[in-house]
Amino acid sequence: MCLAIPVRIVALEPDAMAVVEIEGIRKQVSVALIEAPAIGDYVLLHVGYALHKLSEAEAERTLAMMAEAGLLASDELEASP
Amino acid sequence: MSHHRHTDRIDLSHGGGGRATTELVRGLFQRHFDNPLLAQGHDASVMPRPAGRIVMTTDAHVVAPLFFPGGDIGALAVHGTLNDVAMAGAVPTALSAAFILEEGFPLADLDRIAASMAAAAREAGVPIATGDTKVVEKGKGDGVFIATTGIGIVPDGIDIGTHRVRPGQAILLSGTIGDHGVAILAHRQNLSFETRIASDSQALHRLVADMVAAVPTLAMLRDPTRGGLSATLNEIAEAAALGMTLDERAIPVLPEVASACELLGLDPLHVANEGKLVAICDAADAPALLRAMRARPEGAAAAIIGEVTAGPAGMVEMTTMIGGRRIVDWLAGEQLPRIC
Amino acid sequence: MKYIEEFRSRELAAGLSRAIAQEADPARTYNFMEFCGGHTHAIFRYGVQDLVPANVRFVHGPGCPVCILPVRRLDDAIELAERHGVILCSYADMMRVPGSGRRSLIKAKADGADVRMVYSLLDALAIARANPAREVVFLAIGFETTTPPTALAIETARREGIGNFSVFVNHVLTPPAIRHILEAPEIDPAQAVRLDGFLGPSHVSSVIGSRPYEFLAERYGKPVVIAGFEPLDVMQSVLMLIRQVNQGRVAVENEYSRVVTREGNLRAQDLVDRIFELRPTFEWRGLGSVPDSALRLRPAYAAFDAERRFALTPKQSRETKSCECPSILRGVKKPVDCKLFGNGCTPETPMGSCMVSSEGACAAYWTYRRAETLAEIARRKVAA
Repeated sequence: MCLAIPVRIVALEPDAMAVVEIEGIRKQVSVALIEAPAIGDYVLLHVGYALHKLSEAEAERTLAMMAEAGLLASDELEASP
Repeated sequence: MSHHRHTDRIDLSHGGGGRATTELVRGLFQRHFDNPLLAQGHDASVMPRPAGRIVMTTDAHVVAPLFFPGGDIGALAVHGTLNDVAMAGAVPTALSAAFILEEGFPLADLDRIAASMAAAAREAGVPIATGDTKVVEKGKGDGVFIATTGIGIVPDGIDIGTHRVRPGQAILLSGTIGDHGVAILAHRQNLSFETRIASDSQALHRLVADMVAAVPTLAMLRDPTRGGLSATLNEIAEAAALGMTLDERAIPVLPEVASACELLGLDPLHVANEGKLVAICDAADAPALLRAMRARPEGAAAAIIGEVTAGPAGMVEMTTMIGGRRIVDWLAGEQLPRIC
Repeated sequence: MKYIEEFRSRELAAGLSRAIAQEADPARTYNFMEFCGGHTHAIFRYGVQDLVPANVRFVHGPGCPVCILPVRRLDDAIELAERHGVILCSYADMMRVPGSGRRSLIKAKADGADVRMVYSLLDALAIARANPAREVVFLAIGFETTTPPTALAIETARREGIGNFSVFVNHVLTPPAIRHILEAPEIDPAQAVRLDGFLGPSHVSSVIGSRPYEFLAERYGKPVVIAGFEPLDVMQSVLMLIRQVNQGRVAVENEYSRVVTREGNLRAQDLVDRIFELRPTFEWRGLGSVPDSALRLRPAYAAFDAERRFALTPKQSRETKSCECPSILRGVKKPVDCKLFGNGCTPETPMGSCMVSSEGACAAYWTYRRAETLAEIARRKVAA
């Protein structure tokens, strides 16, 4: 459940509101639920509220882990008789 | 330029059949739509008998909001009907337009809509040959409804229809999907988000003329409007009692449209279009058809998106982004934004 | 779409598919429950099943807030809209869910009730501000993900003195539901034995963290991998679960580390804790009464509680007869086991909630896998 997508904060507004962007789509959302929102942060957006910051380093690490699993598997395929 | 004061509004006398009605028709519609057929000034317009088979189609248009990025209800009415005529492989020759106006509707808005219809018809080279106007009491309409009918001529030798669809044929799409639906949604109350996405509302008959010229054996054409690409492909698959396989990666979607769909939990395959078409032709002709489509601005982003299969009958299947399989189903009910 | 498209790459998927095929032991089966409807949806929407071997099986869990809301609560919401003259605001997801007698909010709206679909609670608050003379009730559904926005809206309403706003609270909690599946006697007792591990909640965990699932590993010996909702997240998590099973390890691992931490969002947790308290028990469709599994407003916020503000009449709410949603939500039956599937019950004419929600298992099989599901049903008929 819980449709939520990563968006980037492009402007901070009064009353814990912010403008977020994804591919040219901009929307005003609440950032009252997260600590220290900053311009440039990627956040997880759910029903008009930012729920959590997204760690770009962790995203890259996960992608690298996925790529490595695939590489490892193809090596073993080649190695097997 | 508007000839009406900002405060002028439609009242019941505009539909009464008296002088006010005539003034509205002459002063607003005839002024914008001006063409020799309409100038005959009769209830029906008389035109020479054409060579070829006649195509006729009709459409009813309701849209909220009436004005949206990339168009308005007027241009939409013209484009929608021209496109339905064109999907028979035909050259459109004339349009009719009937207006149902709600009491209190601003005349300046009606003027804008009529001007936009006139511009769309002129651009397409097709006259609005006849029309009608009725007024309903406040609360019984939604500003303005427009019903349009179009006629056109199919050149000899062209035979387009689901009866010509065969397994192995290629399925082509003329451009990105979902633009119109997302442009409209962005302006609905409660969903508002900012975007540069504009409706793709446009006439496709010139694109069709070039396609028919390039591949006269073209089997099928249809414009995916309401219900999106999924509805159109399912209609064809069901009517032809054949299957289809698409490749999700081949279906063009603008990044903005894809993002808006992610945001609202919509599938772009279900989102409306107003200026796109699906074409089906023999696989051997597909490259030539694609070239002809890409040569026109309306088809610049055209792509081969899949093929017709022997079955299961009526099932549209798709190889997903990641290489799995899924069915592309009809939209159930209305497309509603979701949170889960 | 940054941080979305990367996790739908066909190349990476092919690599993960090879890795899973290689590491899955063909001599055994792996039954993994994906708790969340979001995972069910991703698996079907992208055809993840096609990229894992047949002995890796997905068991669909009850993590769809639309699906598990019992008919009684939906009937109450319809009553609020129809008999108390309120403006009922709801996420669109709830609109088509059938209540008793297959009545729904969308039908109530058609019959004249003032039901408004909102995308966000911010919109519901705006409606309340704009209609000070009307009572505005928000139908709050959802797991821990959706609860903090509700809490924030209630706090806003109190701060601004929006006296005509109240909430019909149906927020539920995931850890008690998972425990219930493994423990409750009325659930098929073999289920606990059968399950080899869990794909743990994704966005729920961004709020509550991964810590609340540690009991699953410690107490029940079930591996858990917190998994993102993109198809590659599901695949990577399956690979991590297979490795735990193969190595005889039992741990809570976190694949969705880009938004999930062990502690979660403390600020949101504090807010929820300030405004909500546990209900002693709450009825879940499929799971029955689950202790400590749902929230209600604390007494200090009673003024915003629609259940206290309006006198709801007692009802004899009824599930549709022979609808298998309850067993499907427990993961003990599949949509093919339901007599109604495709036989009167389709997304156009849903008889149970699992056919309505895009996260429901029935809707997923119907929408994305209909051909083979109907073929399977036909095969069984012939065999019987």
